[in-house]
Amino acid sequence: MAVDAFDVAERFQTPVFVLSDLDLGMNQWMAEPFRYPARPLDRGKVLDAAALERAGGFARYRDVDGDGIGWRTLPGTDHPRAAYFTRGTGHDEQAAYSEKSDVYERNLARLKRKLDGAREALPAPVLTGAGTAAVGVLAYGSSDPGVRESVAQLAAERGLAVDYLRVRAWPFARAVRDFVASHQRTYVVEQNRDGQLAGLLALDLDPALAAKLRPIPRTDGLPLDARTVTDTILAREGR
Amino acid sequence: MADPKKPAAGAAAPTPAAPRQNRLGLTVVDYKGGKTTLCAGCGHNAISERILEAYFDLGVPPERVAKFSGIGCSSKSPAYFMTRSHSFNAVHGRMPSVATGALLANRTLRGIGVSGDGDTASIGIGQFVHLVRRNVPMVYVIENNGVYGLTKGQFSATADPGSTLKTGAVADLPAIDTCALAIQLGASYVGRSFSGDKKQLSALLKGAIAHRGTALLDVLSPCVTFNDHEGSTKSFAYVKEHDEPLQEVSWVPAFEDITVEYDPGTTVEVTLHDGSRLRLKKLEEGYDPRDRVASLARLLSAQQDGDVLTGLLYVDPQAPTLLDRLGLVEAPLATLPAERTRPPPAVLDAINDSLR
Repeated sequence: MAVDAFDVAERFQTPVFVLSDLDLGMNQWMAEPFRYPARPLDRGKVLDAAALERAGGFARYRDVDGDGIGWRTLPGTDHPRAAYFTRGTGHDEQAAYSEKSDVYERNLARLKRKLDGAREALPAPVLTGAGTAAVGVLAYGSSDPGVRESVAQLAAERGLAVDYLRVRAWPFARAVRDFVASHQRTYVVEQNRDGQLAGLLALDLDPALAAKLRPIPRTDGLPLDARTVTDTILAREGR
Repeated sequence: MADPKKPAAGAAAPTPAAPRQNRLGLTVVDYKGGKTTLCAGCGHNAISERILEAYFDLGVPPERVAKFSGIGCSSKSPAYFMTRSHSFNAVHGRMPSVATGALLANRTLRGIGVSGDGDTASIGIGQFVHLVRRNVPMVYVIENNGVYGLTKGQFSATADPGSTLKTGAVADLPAIDTCALAIQLGASYVGRSFSGDKKQLSALLKGAIAHRGTALLDVLSPCVTFNDHEGSTKSFAYVKEHDEPLQEVSWVPAFEDITVEYDPGTTVEVTLHDGSRLRLKKLEEGYDPRDRVASLARLLSAQQDGDVLTGLLYVDPQAPTLLDRLGLVEAPLATLPAERTRPPPAVLDAINDSLR
């Protein structure tokens, strides 16, 4: 995952946050052996001095490929036009300081194109179930073992078949939207007081789809247990 | 009537003097930056000029220089010198970690950080102390005016107790002396200067660029808008009046073979990493900038007396840098091919086996 995270960071030129939790970080866990990376590192769009010479220069934030990602040079590239200024303020395509509204708006639109383009390049969600049930459950991260056990309990104890989608990245893949669209109700299970995953989904989905979300936020400081999830869903389903 | 400044009709136009070139054949224009947006008279602009002149005079290719800064008036200034150098405007007070990473990724880069007293001594103090204790090889300039200029002039952590703001507010907490802190924690070249002292600042900057290790320069740079009044200890008038230069500093480049006779009793000569030399003509009897303990004691006494001690406070040209301690390869990590950076599968197999 760390290898993937660095590749995504360089390809999309954006910080990547890898989520963990206290239970994972402080305790010993069984895991599958680590796999040797099958592909080389992905440095993304980098111009070296020769490429820069051929191109006759570059504009750091110009969207020449339509994917919102500009070409960059690495510090130390021996070419008089290699340098650019990475600044925290508004800037134009040439990385020059700008307070112009149209420049600012254009830059934000470019960043949106870039983030949208990342949706299918990030770890894809994992579906458990046939995908044909009326009820869906959506969760992420270390909620996974508890939710999988709960899915089994729902089927075994009450004959309630649910599909489960484990989301693995934000911005969400299109499959997340399709999952919500193809279920009558989707329970969003998360270990979070405010239901932030449900909130992110509601921001991302059309209002009609967002209305299908049923948040189940839970915070008691302990790893998520299946019984709580099962009992909550059964109560909400009137079973 | 003919304009006396214009050549008479038919006369040949005078040939303008060719601009001075450095040893790379570049002119000072190749080291220029964008137009400053700081206040007219701001000391920071003078420092930007000294910085670009120093790199020009040393003949450092601008493409080999990486500029770093945080947030504040000072941190805007890398935009105003050396456009041909990469520059990174980091999060407030977080420039040291960005600079450390970049300089480890490419050890051939010549790093310069420009920060302020707020960016360094307040929000960034946690990062600053670790940069200097690692002796990260870079120049670190603090443009010190004792106030937060960008947010309308509140006291910073380097404001001297008893000094006043225009509003009458009095600084009542002890001032952080970034030079004393840096010497104590392991910076290997520490100086203090004044934006108005062109000669001293130029020589100290050149020495700092030639030095290998953290070269910290705390440069008093009065804020003409918020802290240049009576009662301020960071005003032009105060600094001029209380400036106590330790030495007359001059820098002799390695590529100029100048031999000057000097009396070791009156002058200390320090040979820097690249073979250049700092010649320090003593203005204060007995001060030796190679004596760490004595330099700290002198800084403390200057602080008690309200003096602004300037010059080269401390230097150790041989101190190991972070690059030495990490045993980094000579080739920049950023340019190493994957086969040299990725260990073979057997290494991962061994790790997996050790965890079974």
